[in-house]
Amino acid sequence: MAFRETMELKYQEILKNYIKDQSETALYQGQKFSRKSIENQVTPEEIISLHKQLLEDMYPDLPKYVVHSFDILLEVILPYGVAYRENQSLRDQKRELRSEIEIAANVQQTLLETKVPVVDGLDIGAISVPAKHMNGDYYHFVQDENNSISIAIADVIGKGIPAALCMSMIKYAMDSPLENRPEPSSVLENLNRVVEQNVDPSMFISMFYGMYNHDRHIFSYASAGHEPGFFYDGKKDEFQEIHAKGLLLGIDKKTKYIQYEKQINQGDMIILLSDGVTECRTDEGFIEKEVLMTYIKKYADLSSQEIVTNIFKEFERRQNFQLRDDFTLIILKRDV
Amino acid sequence: MENQSCVLIQTEWDIVAARQLGRNVAKEVGFGTVDQARITTAISELARNIYIYAGEGQVCIEKIIKNGQAGLRIVAVDKGPGIPDIRLAMEDGYSTSGGLGAGLPGVKRLMDDFEIDSSLGSGTEIKASKWIR
Repeated sequence: MAFRETMELKYQEILKNYIKDQSETALYQGQKFSRKSIENQVTPEEIISLHKQLLEDMYPDLPKYVVHSFDILLEVILPYGVAYRENQSLRDQKRELRSEIEIAANVQQTLLETKVPVVDGLDIGAISVPAKHMNGDYYHFVQDENNSISIAIADVIGKGIPAALCMSMIKYAMDSPLENRPEPSSVLENLNRVVEQNVDPSMFISMFYGMYNHDRHIFSYASAGHEPGFFYDGKKDEFQEIHAKGLLLGIDKKTKYIQYEKQINQGDMIILLSDGVTECRTDEGFIEKEVLMTYIKKYADLSSQEIVTNIFKEFERRQNFQLRDDFTLIILKRDV
Repeated sequence: MENQSCVLIQTEWDIVAARQLGRNVAKEVGFGTVDQARITTAISELARNIYIYAGEGQVCIEKIIKNGQAGLRIVAVDKGPGIPDIRLAMEDGYSTSGGLGAGLPGVKRLMDDFEIDSSLGSGTEIKASKWIR
C-alpha cells in the first residue's frame, strides 16, 4: 500500500515537471510511474481521476470544458480497466490449468509405465515423447512364460488430452486377460471390440502388435492401420517396409486381422514407430523415411536404446525443438 | 425498504435513468468520482442485460449501512427467460469475448459484493453492493 500513499505526490511532481519543460525525462518518469502503478493494481480510471483532480488544484481557473472532458475520458477508459483485470485473472487461470495438466501427465506416465524387457540375444530400445504434455502414443511390452516377448505400439488419431485419456483405457484393456490366445491377430480383434464399445465414435486407434518368439526367432505380427515400420536385413544391409493390412481399431467390431510372420536373423533389426516420426515436419517439409534409415545406419553400432535416443535428438533438432506430434520409436536388434 | 428507489427498464433510455439514479445516490452516500463511475458502469451493464435478454424488469438502488459503514446496493430484477448456466455466465472471458461488454464478472469486479439468483423460465435477480472505504 506504500505506493498508493505516495502516488499522488509522485504523479503531481511528474506532471509539474512536464508542464514546465516538456522534457523526455519527465515522460520517462511517467513511464516508470506507470509500471509501478500497474504493479500495485492501480486502475486506469483512478489515474484519470487523479489527473483531473491535480489539474483542478494546480489551475483553479481551468476552463470548465477541460474539467468536464475528463468525465468522458473516465467513462470510456473504465471498461478497459475491467477488461485488463479480467485478462489478468484469465492468465492466472491458465497457469493453474497448466500445472493441473502437468500433474495429469505425470499420472498418465505412471499409469502407462512399461518395462523394456531384458533378454539375452535381443537388444531392445524404446522412446516415446509427447508433443505437448500428454502422450497420445503408447507402447507396451509383455514377456511371457513361452519365451516370447509381445510388443504393442499404438497411436490415437487425435492429439492432446482426449487422446491421452483414451490411451489409458487401452492399457487396461490389454492388461485384462484377453482369452487364452496371445496371438497378435486375436489380441487386435479383442482390443478392437473393446475400443468399438467404449470409445467415442470419433476416436480411432491405430495399433501394431508383434510377438517375438525367442526360441525360433520368428516375429509374428498384425496391424490395425498403424504406420508401417521396417525390417532391417543385416546381411544385405537393406531396409524393407513391414507390410501388414488391417482396419483401425474402433471402426467395425467384426474386423478380422491377418497375422504375418518373419524370420529374424542375427544382425537384423525390427523398427517400429508412430506417425509422429514419419510426419516430422521441418521448414523444408516432411522428413523422408530415407532420412530415418540413414540415421539408423549411422548409429547402428550403438545399443538399441542409444540409437532411438540419438534419432530422437536428431529429429528434435531438425524441427527446431518444437514437436508437432507425439514421437514414438522402438528398435529390436537380434544380437546372437 | 425506505431507502430504495427503482427505475423500470423497458427502453434503452431507461438505462440512462437508472444510471442517473445510481449516480445521485452514490453522490449522496459519499462515493468519489471513480467509484461513482464504477457504480454507474455496473448499473449500465445490469440494466442492459435486462433490456436485451428479458425485455423488461427493474433496477433498484438502495442506501445501505452495515457495521457503521455506508454503501450502496443495486438490485436488478427481471422475469425473463433466466440464465441457463450461471457458472458459465460468471466465467471470465465468456461474455466479453463476444463483445458484450464487461459481463457479469465485470460487474462483480466493479462492486464489492455480488449475489445472483436465476431460474429458467422465471427470471433473474442480481444484487451488487459497494462500500465506502
